[in-house]
Amino acid sequence: MQLETLVVQFQQKDPKAFEKLYNMYAENICGVINTIVKNSDISQEICQDVFIKIWNNADKYNSSKGRFFTWILNIARNAAIDEVRSKSHKNSKQNLSADYFVGILEDSTNLDHKTDAIGIKKFLQDLKSTCVQIIEMLYFKGYTQKEASEELNIPIGTVKTRNRSCISQLRKNVLN
Amino acid sequence: MNIEEYISSGKLELYVAGLLSKEENEQVHKDAEQYPELKKEIEAIEASILALSKKAAPTMDKANFSSLRSRLGLSETKVITLPKQKSNWASYTGWAAAVVLSAGLFWMYNQNKELESKIEVVSQEKETLETTIENANNSLIKSQDLLNTIRDQNIAVVALGGQAVSPESFAKAYWNKEEKKVFIDAKGLPEPPDGFVYQVWSLKLNPLTPTSLGLLENFKGDENKIFALANNNESEAFGITLEPAGGSESPNLEQLYTLGVASNS
Repeated sequence: MQLETLVVQFQQKDPKAFEKLYNMYAENICGVINTIVKNSDISQEICQDVFIKIWNNADKYNSSKGRFFTWILNIARNAAIDEVRSKSHKNSKQNLSADYFVGILEDSTNLDHKTDAIGIKKFLQDLKSTCVQIIEMLYFKGYTQKEASEELNIPIGTVKTRNRSCISQLRKNVLN
Repeated sequence: MNIEEYISSGKLELYVAGLLSKEENEQVHKDAEQYPELKKEIEAIEASILALSKKAAPTMDKANFSSLRSRLGLSETKVITLPKQKSNWASYTGWAAAVVLSAGLFWMYNQNKELESKIEVVSQEKETLETTIENANNSLIKSQDLLNTIRDQNIAVVALGGQAVSPESFAKAYWNKEEKKVFIDAKGLPEPPDGFVYQVWSLKLNPLTPTSLGLLENFKGDENKIFALANNNESEAFGITLEPAGGSESPNLEQLYTLGVASNS
């Protein structure tokens, strides 16, 4: 079935469509949350809460505002960041600066054995560390271009082009 | 629009990340609707992020969605009712077809009934007509028989004239001596009153001896008013009297209607 049709049915509160979307995206959403909270059990809990939120706010999504995945990705990031912040009581994205993917690539003893560290390494091989960082910031942590440029200490225009080439490399790795 | 430039600008990657402004998002959405290459590129970018994020996922509990469903209060039965529009259309069509079909069957059943009753009427008419034809045939045969009888060369015709009681009356006797039969043509007699009947007599004149030949029974019902009677006598004359029903032993001459003498042949 076409994604667009599925999303429309989901917005009409069709539980069957919702289940399909859940099966399509649950692992991705939980994965994104996991890169932020770095805890398998907590990330699954938040993940469930995120899908409740998605169902309850179904009518707020509008395809002209972006991809469906982008919409739920944003909801998931915010939920995960809220969780981390409430725990640390520090109001800064600096809390998130410990990079998950970089950590996995550098540390052979993975913190969480429940994740597929080998799969992640395969996808991120040949990517420069700045690439891994920029992908993690923009897609998994919800950094703005400005925040990323400050964090990486590169010009804001470079964020866009570098991200483009990093994603191109990622795409090659995923296809192989 | 230069599609390649658009793609290589890095804008689409930011679009998937959700980092564009509201206006930019709307523009990209519009462009992607118009140019399939853009949509394809966006989907490919999304697919790579999906693949990577999936690898970061913790081991998932299979029962996750059912727990989600119970948290949301979504029942399984609700699921079944939802692909409504399509099945409804089909079932409406089905019902409509059924209604049309049964109406058609009912109409045909009625038509059939009507035809059956028409056939019954027609066959009754046919029977009536057949009876009429048979009756006509019978009466034709009778008439021909009569005609043949009367034309027989052994027949002696005796004219019976009206008497004092009823001067206008007349009758004829056709007498076949060989076959000892006499046919009375009583057309010229008035209808007998109720409780009375005509009686035919064979007469010897010298001395006057009447012998009853029989009654003209069912006078009213008989159409040609011709009656066949047996006659063993050497009759010299024939007379017809009105007698009480059942007839009499001897003629009541006061009620003699017609009388005629047979010529000696």
